[in-house]
Amino acid sequence: MHPALQGLLTIAIGVGACIGYFYFSNIILDKVIFPARGQNAGRNINRANLVRPWLFLLPGLLALGLYLAYPVVETLRLSLTDRDLGGAYVGLENYRKMSGDPKFWEAMRNNAFWLLVVPAMSTAFGLLVAQLTDRIRWGSIAKSLIFMPMAISFVGAAVIWKLVYDARPLGTEQIGILNAIYLALGGDQPMNWLTIPFWNNFFLMVVLIWIQTGFAMVILSAALRGVPEETIEAAIVDGANPFQIFFRIKVPQIMGTIVVVWTTITIVVLKVFDIVFAMTNGQWETQVLANYMYDQLFRARDWGVGSAAAMVIMLLVTPILVWNVYNARKEMK
Amino acid sequence: MDNIAGKKPALVWATHISVALLVILWLFPTVGLFVSSFRTADQISSSGWWKAMFPQEQNTMIRTASPETQQQIDGNYVIEGNLFAEEGGAAGEISAWGISSRDIAAYAPGDTADMGEDGQLTVAVNGDYRLVNSTEFSGRRGERVFLTAITPPSFTLDNYRTVLVDGQATDKMGKAFINTLTVTIPATVIPILIAAFAAYALAWMDFRGRAFLIAVIVGLLVVPLQLALIPLLSFHGAVVEWFIALVGTPMEDNARRFAEVGALGRMFGFEPGDTINSKGYLGVWAAHTGFGLPLAIYLLRNYMVGLPKDIIENARVDGATDFQIFTKIILPLSFPALASFAIFQFLWTWNDLLVALVFLIDSSGETTVMTRQIVELLGTRGGNWEILATAAFVSIAVPLTVFFFMQKYLVRGLLAGSVK
Repeated sequence: MHPALQGLLTIAIGVGACIGYFYFSNIILDKVIFPARGQNAGRNINRANLVRPWLFLLPGLLALGLYLAYPVVETLRLSLTDRDLGGAYVGLENYRKMSGDPKFWEAMRNNAFWLLVVPAMSTAFGLLVAQLTDRIRWGSIAKSLIFMPMAISFVGAAVIWKLVYDARPLGTEQIGILNAIYLALGGDQPMNWLTIPFWNNFFLMVVLIWIQTGFAMVILSAALRGVPEETIEAAIVDGANPFQIFFRIKVPQIMGTIVVVWTTITIVVLKVFDIVFAMTNGQWETQVLANYMYDQLFRARDWGVGSAAAMVIMLLVTPILVWNVYNARKEMK
Repeated sequence: MDNIAGKKPALVWATHISVALLVILWLFPTVGLFVSSFRTADQISSSGWWKAMFPQEQNTMIRTASPETQQQIDGNYVIEGNLFAEEGGAAGEISAWGISSRDIAAYAPGDTADMGEDGQLTVAVNGDYRLVNSTEFSGRRGERVFLTAITPPSFTLDNYRTVLVDGQATDKMGKAFINTLTVTIPATVIPILIAAFAAYALAWMDFRGRAFLIAVIVGLLVVPLQLALIPLLSFHGAVVEWFIALVGTPMEDNARRFAEVGALGRMFGFEPGDTINSKGYLGVWAAHTGFGLPLAIYLLRNYMVGLPKDIIENARVDGATDFQIFTKIILPLSFPALASFAIFQFLWTWNDLLVALVFLIDSSGETTVMTRQIVELLGTRGGNWEILATAAFVSIAVPLTVFFFMQKYLVRGLLAGSVK
């Protein structure tokens, strides 16, 4: 069967099964198990209403449990076992092995830089664009153009930026814009930007900053609009200049949103995989955790160390996870 | 009230200029790839794409027509034609030409070069040439002419033809395009449906543990899917083995291959000796559904909570069941949130590489998706920018279209989805 047909069939079966499940489970609940008839009608209605939420939630909870909650526990278990020994418990052996691997520490170092640079730059650029486009007439067009990279895949972005970084031998025409500019400004040699250890990390980060700035801009732009006019008016009356208004009045009032944007991008950074995989594949000292983990799992076939690396990512995400849950609970009260 | 900057013309100008600069900076890389996808390999390697819009000076070597085309006019042998037409290229304007690679600009347009016993060659500005000799031309190939010519910008759709229709198998994106679409659509539709019911329960039904469940979902929002790879891969393998044991008998040394097939298995079209791969569309659909659910439930619940309470309570009083309220009232009213999530999930599944690598693409490569194909091209044809650029643009085009038409919903979804 052609996969496209198979896809259509899956939609039909999937959607049909979902609707069928919800419809019939409700009918069975109301008509068969707890019928709203006879002497127990009142009690039955109440009982049915106690069960019904779980009917609605069941498929979602099953999928979440199986595809997200269980893997967290299972990965933790795998990280403490050795596949070659038939899955025997080996304690922290995998973690010890991993911490003896220079590639792991390279990934940790690079991730630290990614975590410092990308959220900061994306948020800063996003804030800058949000503020600048706020009052100009073509601001919405400008915003939508800067937002556009959000729709482009990491892999597509990798190709786009590889062309920017392209290097041709000296004497031939440069087709990468960066080298063309570099030579025009007096550089003496075309540079292979992606193979210069340490600095190449920053050339990779540029790609993610380019993508994430749009996200930061959209959220921060909405937040800036929400800043009460009175506070700004009062500042103007007091003789504040535009920079003071921005840094002393507006930014403090949207600090909460800035934190949200920052943490959201931080999570994206921790999971960054495609960009490194497509552009350097961790060569020339550009390894990051997610790619290191992929290497361990599918190239070295070492599930133990791979799972340990995944747990490190999970560990780094946990503070943000706790913070988010805490805030969500606070908001619901 | 006007921004304070509005009162200072210098600041207004500074704002306009800096925004324009930022926009150009952001667009430049993408435009580069886009322009490159319409240029030939020669054009791409001979000049930067930013020069493609302008007429440019190019040095080329073109051969005159072969001696077979010579005619006898007034006792002389003559070969005539247009140099640009010989190569099938775009017309241009010749500024200098030569007949030897050592001196490619020896003659001006209109000059006649004496090539001794090879005859006299005259080349005009527009590329028309006339090669005259008193004796017959021999040989199979024409004379070499070196041109320095200004060629106008020219673009071609050939790359798209190569990539989509008639390129080599490795360059082909047509199949990968269909595969990506096959992954994307079920992976977008199914989570929406599941999430909508769950979100309704979390928003409008009262039960114990509701607040806890919401907290769990907020937590799951940020769980890196890297953690799910190995456990789920094993799980999918286990499902395959279980299925084979259910509808037939597995082989002794390979639990994922049928030794015998029961009646039920034959209904599915399996035969003895068939192997079921644990990688495939079903797995990738399920994985995308699972990974998309936290955001879907979270977004939809937040939206549904904000719907007017009166409508729902009135409907309850009128005797509507929860199922009716959900399908007749909540679902239509939630359209904007459903659209927001649909766009997110579509972009995410279309652009995904990792999930497809782990759960879909097997060694046969039959189910490769576009992102994977592009990474492959980056490795094998890293220098062939015309193929790479075009392939990348084929994959980017769909999300970009969706983006520009449905930006409103995307923005709305982002605003609602970021945990405040």
